[in-house]
Amino acid sequence: MANILAVAIPQRGALGPASYELLGAGRVLADALKLPLNAAVVGANAKALAADIGARGAEKTYAVEHPSLANFTEEAYAKAVAAAVAAAGATRVILPSSVAGRALAARLAVLLKAGLATDVTEILPDGKVRRGYFSGNLVAEIEFKTPVAVLTVAPMTFPRAEAKGAANVQDVSFDPGAAKSEFVSFAAEASREIDLGAAEKVVAGGFGLGGPDGFKAVFDLAHALGAAVGASRRAVDSGWIPYRHQVGLTGRMVRPKLYIAVGISGQIQHLAGMSNAGTIVAINTDKDCPLMQMASIAVQGEYAELLPSSPPRSRTARATPSPPSAHRPQRLRSVPSRGPAVRFVQDGERDGHVLRGRSGLTLADHPSRLANL
Amino acid sequence: MCVKSTPSSVNVGVDASGQPKIAGVPTSLNPFDEFAVEESVRLKERVAGSTATAITVGNDAAAEVLREAIARGMDAGVHVSGAEFDGGDSFATSLALSAAIKKLHGEKPVSLVIFGKNTSDIGGGVVGTQTAAWLDWASASAVKKIDAIDEKSVTVLRNMEDGADTLKLALPACVATVKEINEPRLPSLKGKMASKKAVFPKWGAAELGLQAGQVGAAGAGSTVVKAALPPARPAGLKIEGATAAEKATKLVDILVERKLI
Ligand SMILES: Cc1cc2nc3c(=O)[nH]c(=O)nc-3n(C[C@H](O)[C@H](O)[C@H](O)COP(=O)(O)OP(=O)(O)OC[C@H]3O[C@@H](n4cnc5c(N)ncnc54)[C@H](O)[C@@H]3O)c2cc1C
Repeated sequence: MANILAVAIPQRGALGPASYELLGAGRVLADALKLPLNAAVVGANAKALAADIGARGAEKTYAVEHPSLANFTEEAYAKAVAAAVAAAGATRVILPSSVAGRALAARLAVLLKAGLATDVTEILPDGKVRRGYFSGNLVAEIEFKTPVAVLTVAPMTFPRAEAKGAANVQDVSFDPGAAKSEFVSFAAEASREIDLGAAEKVVAGGFGLGGPDGFKAVFDLAHALGAAVGASRRAVDSGWIPYRHQVGLTGRMVRPKLYIAVGISGQIQHLAGMSNAGTIVAINTDKDCPLMQMASIAVQGEYAELLPSSPPRSRTARATPSPPSAHRPQRLRSVPSRGPAVRFVQDGERDGHVLRGRSGLTLADHPSRLANL
Repeated sequence: MCVKSTPSSVNVGVDASGQPKIAGVPTSLNPFDEFAVEESVRLKERVAGSTATAITVGNDAAAEVLREAIARGMDAGVHVSGAEFDGGDSFATSLALSAAIKKLHGEKPVSLVIFGKNTSDIGGGVVGTQTAAWLDWASASAVKKIDAIDEKSVTVLRNMEDGADTLKLALPACVATVKEINEPRLPSLKGKMASKKAVFPKWGAAELGLQAGQVGAAGAGSTVVKAALPPARPAGLKIEGATAAEKATKLVDILVERKLI
């Protein structure tokens, strides 16, 4: 019987909570098309990972485990996912919009002779899907013309399915055949910064920071808030920050709940990467620049006077990836200091008076949740 | 390598039929393809005896991007063109590209096919991998470096979310690049001269051994039934204040109130 298959792709043998969004999207599609929802995991340790994924609302979970799947190569993984699709008899295949997910979706579309939609942001009640195109200037409504269809879903868009009940795991046998590509090695990013794609908060800096030193204030604020660090292309091209931080058309697409843009003018190519963020804060000297015009909250002024310049003393707010439930609430409060207007300090710091606005609220009144990586 | 002609501006509206209003918008080489063109030229310079050919699927105006590729140092171009290719999605277009590559491969062996990251209009970032799948060749996307290459294999570095993978692909193979891979040079005077004189073979579905029903709108796996402007963002809030301190405090209060920090 036709069904929906949400396919989780481990990275370095582990599944991030972003995989739960695949089940969240799968639930929406399953309800729309009135079809059962199944899950699949491929990898060298797929069976071990299947229990967690399968417990999140999937009727059956197909595990394709094979030593050749220890690291991601396109052909082997595509064959493995195709084996799971065949075992399930699935008619809709959902993948993440990651480097691996996108490549797999492309291969599967050809293997399964299936229509394909990438970076899906919305699933409509009739099963059509929406995605942004023309750099986010337009939204396309897409209809599949094939019996089987493949979609990749935009990160941070669909709810993360909760664990409920036990997984019903089924092993799928798989023959990788001769490999045309060979995995040689992996060099991890030295930085332990939060990954942009899965961040709930992003603090991004642009050319207005005036130089690499300006990014210190951006990193400090990001660490205090448990946010990922983004950048405009002009800041990246100036060599102030590595390319992996770039947000926009030629960089990463982000969809955090909070995006704070510091010294970024907001050219269309930058907006293409972040205009779907929940709340956009712009800090800029030019009140008329595009980002200040489109921001949810615009603050005109010199960034150096508006941002905290001294880092919080404790850096524990810098999140290491762990599930939200494991987060100990961190408390932040804003305190006045001589140079910068407000800086963020953490619980346990004594710093005299705490700023109170009209609302009477301070940062100390609200636990700040760490970035939900 | 494969190039696409895309609208020079992505700031497009929607027409009465609910499709992007691109008629009359000038087109040019897809910006991401500049990196792929540059990488092809660099490889050609690196590997003695090799040549670089650009392929595009598109209407008559699209031939201009082949000229642009020649101006930037490529040797030849192939124009896959005909009304039957209109309205194709990535599925149908990659099939046409794979057929053209197969035809070229039959004439003179192709070692590596290079693609841009994605296009500035549709932006799916899948055509390179789909083309490899049709050809049943090895492939890698998000490639930031093409390292050692010999007759049998190529070593590439792939940008992942958490670092970089090194992969060895058997040739022939397809790679899709990211902008980190190089800094494109501007067209040279010599290149511009060559591009003016260049003549490109035109291949339709028949020359590629494909049925008209396999390509274009007829061969597509999906269609855009409607395009719309994204929902407008609610009007923003301007934070006023006599001093920076006052503004910063107000900002913090609002973010706390909205439970954002
Ligand atoms: C094909 C193509 C792809 C591109 N892809 C991307 C992409 O992926 N991402 C991207 O970001 N860009 C991209 N760009 C570049 C983009 O067009 C802009 O050039 C770039 O985003 C500008 O960066 P910026 O806002 O940091 O710099 P600017 O436009 O120079 O803006 C700097 C801002 O800082 C403000 N400022 C100055 N001093 C201060 C101060 N002391 N305090 C506060 N504010 C201050 C200024 O008012 C100004 O608004 C692309 C361009 C092309 C052609």
